[in-house]
Amino acid sequence: MLLQHAADAVQAGAGAHPLSGTAAEYLWLVPLLPLLGFVLNGLLSLVSAYRVGPADPGADHDAAHGGGHAVATTHGHATDSGGGAHGDDHHPVVRHRFATLTSIIGPGVLALSFFLAVAIFAAMRGVGGGVHAPFIQSYFAWMPVGDLRINAAFQLDQLSMLMMLIITGVGTLIHIFSVGYMQDDPGYPRYFAYLNLFVFFMLMLVLGANYPVLFVGWEGVGLCSYLLIGFWFSEKANADAGKKAFIVNRIGDFGLLIAMFMLFANLGTLDFVGIAAAAPSQLVFGGALVTAICLFMFLGCAGKSAQIPLYVWLPDAMAGPTPVSALIHAATMVTAGVYLVARSNFLFSLAPAAELTVVLVGALTAIFAATIGLKQWDIKKVLAYSTVSQLGYMFVGVGSGAYVAGVFHLMTHAFFKALLFLGSGSVIFAMHRAYHHTGNHDDAQDMRNMGGLKQYMRTTWILMWIATLAIAGVPFFSGFFSKDEILGGVFLRASEHSTLAQAHWLGIPGTAILYLSYALGLAAAFMTAVYMTRMMLYTFHGPNRTGERERGHLAEAPWTMTGPLVILGVLSAVGGWFNLPALIPLGPVGVLEHWLEPVVGEGALRVTNGAPIEATHSVEYALIGAAVVIAIAGIALAFARLKPDRLVPKAQSPEEHGFERVLANKYYVDEAYDKAVVQPVVATSRGLLWRGVDVGLIDGLTRLIVQSKDDDAAPGTTVPMGGLAARAVGWVGSQVQSGQVGTYAWVLVVGVLFVLGAFTFR
Amino acid sequence: MTYNELPLFYVFHFYFFGIVAIASAIAFVTRKSPVAAALWLVNTMFCLAAMYVLLDAQFIGAMQVLVYAGAIMVVFLFVIMLLNLGHASDLADARGMTWKLVAGFLGLALLAQVFAITRARVPEALVLPENALATQFVRTGAIAPLAGPLFNEYLLAFEVTSVLLLAAVVGAVVLGKRRERTRAH
Amino acid sequence: MLTESLFFSAVLFTIGVIGVLTRRNAIIIFMCVELMLNAVNLTFVAFAQVYGVAGQVFVFFVMTVAAAEAAVGLAIIIALFRHRQTVNLSNINLLKG
Repeated sequence: MLLQHAADAVQAGAGAHPLSGTAAEYLWLVPLLPLLGFVLNGLLSLVSAYRVGPADPGADHDAAHGGGHAVATTHGHATDSGGGAHGDDHHPVVRHRFATLTSIIGPGVLALSFFLAVAIFAAMRGVGGGVHAPFIQSYFAWMPVGDLRINAAFQLDQLSMLMMLIITGVGTLIHIFSVGYMQDDPGYPRYFAYLNLFVFFMLMLVLGANYPVLFVGWEGVGLCSYLLIGFWFSEKANADAGKKAFIVNRIGDFGLLIAMFMLFANLGTLDFVGIAAAAPSQLVFGGALVTAICLFMFLGCAGKSAQIPLYVWLPDAMAGPTPVSALIHAATMVTAGVYLVARSNFLFSLAPAAELTVVLVGALTAIFAATIGLKQWDIKKVLAYSTVSQLGYMFVGVGSGAYVAGVFHLMTHAFFKALLFLGSGSVIFAMHRAYHHTGNHDDAQDMRNMGGLKQYMRTTWILMWIATLAIAGVPFFSGFFSKDEILGGVFLRASEHSTLAQAHWLGIPGTAILYLSYALGLAAAFMTAVYMTRMMLYTFHGPNRTGERERGHLAEAPWTMTGPLVILGVLSAVGGWFNLPALIPLGPVGVLEHWLEPVVGEGALRVTNGAPIEATHSVEYALIGAAVVIAIAGIALAFARLKPDRLVPKAQSPEEHGFERVLANKYYVDEAYDKAVVQPVVATSRGLLWRGVDVGLIDGLTRLIVQSKDDDAAPGTTVPMGGLAARAVGWVGSQVQSGQVGTYAWVLVVGVLFVLGAFTFR
Repeated sequence: MTYNELPLFYVFHFYFFGIVAIASAIAFVTRKSPVAAALWLVNTMFCLAAMYVLLDAQFIGAMQVLVYAGAIMVVFLFVIMLLNLGHASDLADARGMTWKLVAGFLGLALLAQVFAITRARVPEALVLPENALATQFVRTGAIAPLAGPLFNEYLLAFEVTSVLLLAAVVGAVVLGKRRERTRAH
Repeated sequence: MLTESLFFSAVLFTIGVIGVLTRRNAIIIFMCVELMLNAVNLTFVAFAQVYGVAGQVFVFFVMTVAAAEAAVGLAIIIALFRHRQTVNLSNINLLKG
């Protein structure tokens, strides 16, 4: 009765919303479609589980000869796109028997989701006067316990709309790319099942109307990330990388949970709307409570978005298939932390100290990861550290109260980093295929084994350059606008007008922290330009180092892979148009800023003490000029100093020494964590818990019992105490277990008395 | 509803049936013979049926007589007679005096706690206006107001109950069937 | 009459509990359980007078479950009697593992 009443009230409330009755009513269908895809692909995977892989090529072979026309075509297609798999010394390439069906379902549901998201977007745009309150759809009461009222509800506002478009849009492209990239994998339906499930959880994360629903998505994407990192789990390194990601993320999730508990204990609600309404009046500005909540929440963000000190899992996560790295570990999941901070702007804007922490951690991560990226040889590792670095930028943005800038960089980064990863995937695909033909077992991801690929993969080359220019911050590419906005945002908030500049962080004035972060950000931007140009030079330019026989097999990927690349290339080039600064009016200015205003406007204004930040033109020109000079200088330096001609393949290359070696070994952070955390835990488990408690204490007691039994033969010997105690306990237990129903009834009634007593004497 | 406003006739009958029900129940648990015990229980149930009627639950009262006293208890008696358990002397079935005293003490403790729990305040918002049920029954009859919720709000529970009954029937048949000797293949 | 009903109901329930605790005849214990169910029904009916007809609907379900329980329980007792020639629970300790 009560619940029904509540649901009616919610519906009555929603009835007044301008979005009710429009396409937004089908909001639930957007995440549901990928879930459907997961179920279908998962079923296909389960059905075929007993006969997948190269172990059973006979069945397909027989069918082809038996005149099965459809099967024969599929088989022919497989050999075709595989470039002629005959005559190699590896296992024969057999396409999964449900590959065609999976290729339709997997990307299909995502495309439908995307179209629906676009329809909802159109409905939102169509509302006259704009949508000011979030559109909340409540489906059922999930946890009605005492004062806790948590509904399974989705919230549609400008921020979740933007995230939804990015996830389904970029997700669709990556799904299509995967059709080509994974075509010969024996686990083809399983792969798409996981990928669809990931998108479902990711949509749940961004659509949730309260923290618990967000948390379900948060954990779900973590699970899918684990499953996909360890997708080729038959190799231990991949399975270990999955576990590492999962465990490191648990540390962060613990922080998020604590933040949720504290929110509920102090505000009595976990709905975004409710907290946004209650926080300014019930939480003291800059108080210890709200700072603690924000810091715990940021711990969760640091785990999911790979910030210091929890970034170590992301580079290892490259063990998964490359499209997974593009979707999960570059474009969507790792940005969840940024989304959470932007979503919780009503809390973070109340805690300047916590925001300064976010800015500082972001800036340090940005520079730290960028330096490591300078000396990586694995093409995916370069991109991984680049992602960590760029995520640091986003945190500098959302941390300094420039929420729009952070989310803007999130969006442009989704475009160009997805493009970079997919491009590298295309390169690895070509390299792997070439190696596969000649039976070469070299590392297909090491840049020292590549070189000069532009002659063989012209489309990929051009598109990767676009993305590189975008991430380096070259003017008029998307990354230029978003990165400039973040750096400008943090610089301007260092002035007197913001609460951040007035606050102190461990005794250091906020102004100093912000200027330091700005300087670190500029330095990181410089290094970004250097290492990205380095990656391009070593991969695509100079002489080819693949080897004589392999060279003939290098070729551009099929259209399912280059098609998505082209679309992402266009977006990477023009993505900056979504939020042009007032200085460069090439089109409508600040579209994204106006769009996100209802969500983050209040928090952003609180950070700047109620007045929007206005910079003089000279300052703005100087800021933009500095960013441009830095980017160009970085690219120029890389061109001047790096000589791809002199590079030798991995097998013959010399050891690094000095600081280069420290960088190549990633500052030995993994080793330090191993020494400081992993080994003590293992030692404690082994020495104390296993040898001490298990073997010593528990097994020792058992041994005492055995001895006392033996001693029965010799009367007069003392029975050890441990044995006696164990026997006594056992005797009492056996007496209770009489088998008499009557006894049980007595015990039951006494138990009922105790329970009722607990109520009575409460 | 304060019973000062209720007619003495009503109050008298309510107390009368309540006290008779308790007395019959005491007789029921103390009789040695199962047949006598069962008959005292039937008497308790008749009294309860009368109380239901007094509490505006006429239909439930009728069901009580038909289903409980009429069907379930008859099955009990049937089984007692089928198994020929009617002779009290065959069974030393009550426990000793010590156990009886302890059981009595436990029962009193339980009673005290149940009374203590009834002190709990009930939300006033849920309370119906006085005599609401009775006036409704006068207007629509005693069955329709029950049938409405039973077949709408609680339809799922109703259907589940029917499945439960089916399962019980099958279970009873399987259990009651005389196990046949294992035939040669 | 809510208070009085609850009083009668509590007393009847307690009598049922004492019966279960003191008797050993399986059939009598069974009938004690029925008595307890009836006591609960009385509270349902009494509350229905105050809070709405849903309480009476619930009595239906209790009665149905009681009927099902009686059918299965008596079948078990018959099967038990066939095995052991007694329904005295002190002679039956099948629950002992």
